[in-house]
Amino acid sequence: MHEMGITQGILAASVDAVKGEGGTRINEIRISVGEMTEVVEDALQFAFEALRAEPDYAMAAGAVLLVTHVPASSACPTCDGEVFEHGRFDGQCPKCGNPFVEPRSGHELRIDSIDFD
Amino acid sequence: MAEIDLSRPILDRNEELAAGNRALFAEAGVFVLDLMASPGAGKTSTILATIAALRDRYRIAVIEGDIASRVDAEKISAHGIPAVQINTGGACHLESDMIRRAVDALPLDELDLVIIENVGNLVCPTEFDLGEHAKVMILSVPEGHDKPYKYPGIFQIAEAVVLNKVDTMPVFDFDEAEFRTVVGKLNARAPIFPISATKGDGVDAWAEWLAGRVDAVKRA
Ligand SMILES: [Zn+2]
Repeated sequence: MHEMGITQGILAASVDAVKGEGGTRINEIRISVGEMTEVVEDALQFAFEALRAEPDYAMAAGAVLLVTHVPASSACPTCDGEVFEHGRFDGQCPKCGNPFVEPRSGHELRIDSIDFD
Repeated sequence: MAEIDLSRPILDRNEELAAGNRALFAEAGVFVLDLMASPGAGKTSTILATIAALRDRYRIAVIEGDIASRVDAEKISAHGIPAVQINTGGACHLESDMIRRAVDALPLDELDLVIIENVGNLVCPTEFDLGEHAKVMILSVPEGHDKPYKYPGIFQIAEAVVLNKVDTMPVFDFDEAEFRTVVGKLNARAPIFPISATKGDGVDAWAEWLAGRVDAVKRA
């Protein structure tokens, strides 16, 4: 359950950032999670509900976690860097079949923005 | 109501600390290997076989990550190799601050190779940069050739795959060709080293690959 550790990271960073802006209450935290990461959204939401109740994160007690899933994409060096989207198991270039491609997206684990009062 | 645009990596604290570790390793000229595997895949016996193959060429130490217990560190120490135990106290992976504390207990300047035995788990360790030079995973034959379908992330991030317990191949109906095809699709760069850590088969090829990486860091 590394989603626990990740969720702690989300809450701690969000509380810090909102305090820095003089806010007192977090309404919504928006994050991006790449297709290629091992993060399961159900586990993330479960951990978020459990942890937001902790005293350290009191200002997020009523917060919602909004997850945007980012599809995986890579660039093929033999096709002039052309970028293509792919699933977890078909990372080869669809044009030339080259498996040695450069990952472009899909590994994100990022806090995008926070809504607060 | 207000909004902040943060665009900040969730694990950036870990990544900052990993960068600190990386600088420390570079300064000491020591190569750091992060070994990941399921419980029972043979991490400790693979480490012992690797030590046996390379101990005349390199000064080696081991960092043992475990949820709780010192058993593995004691096994390594019994072979005269410095070993530091990290007990994560329930956490399913190692993080950079734990590695930093363990490294502080080692004579880094007197070492060429540090092997980190990560906590037995195929999911969580993949997300955490420790500042290591390479992540390598061990899969053992009894776990089955279909493991990459269930845990693609670790196969994608590994720089090499050690396939341990190959002596049990006939018993477990392991389809090596299919395994190689799937791993090749997930990660075309990673070499696969079939070994039997306890019998010694294949260990030389794996140790040579590792030695090449250690030498590259020493020359840098
Ligand atoms: Zn191409």
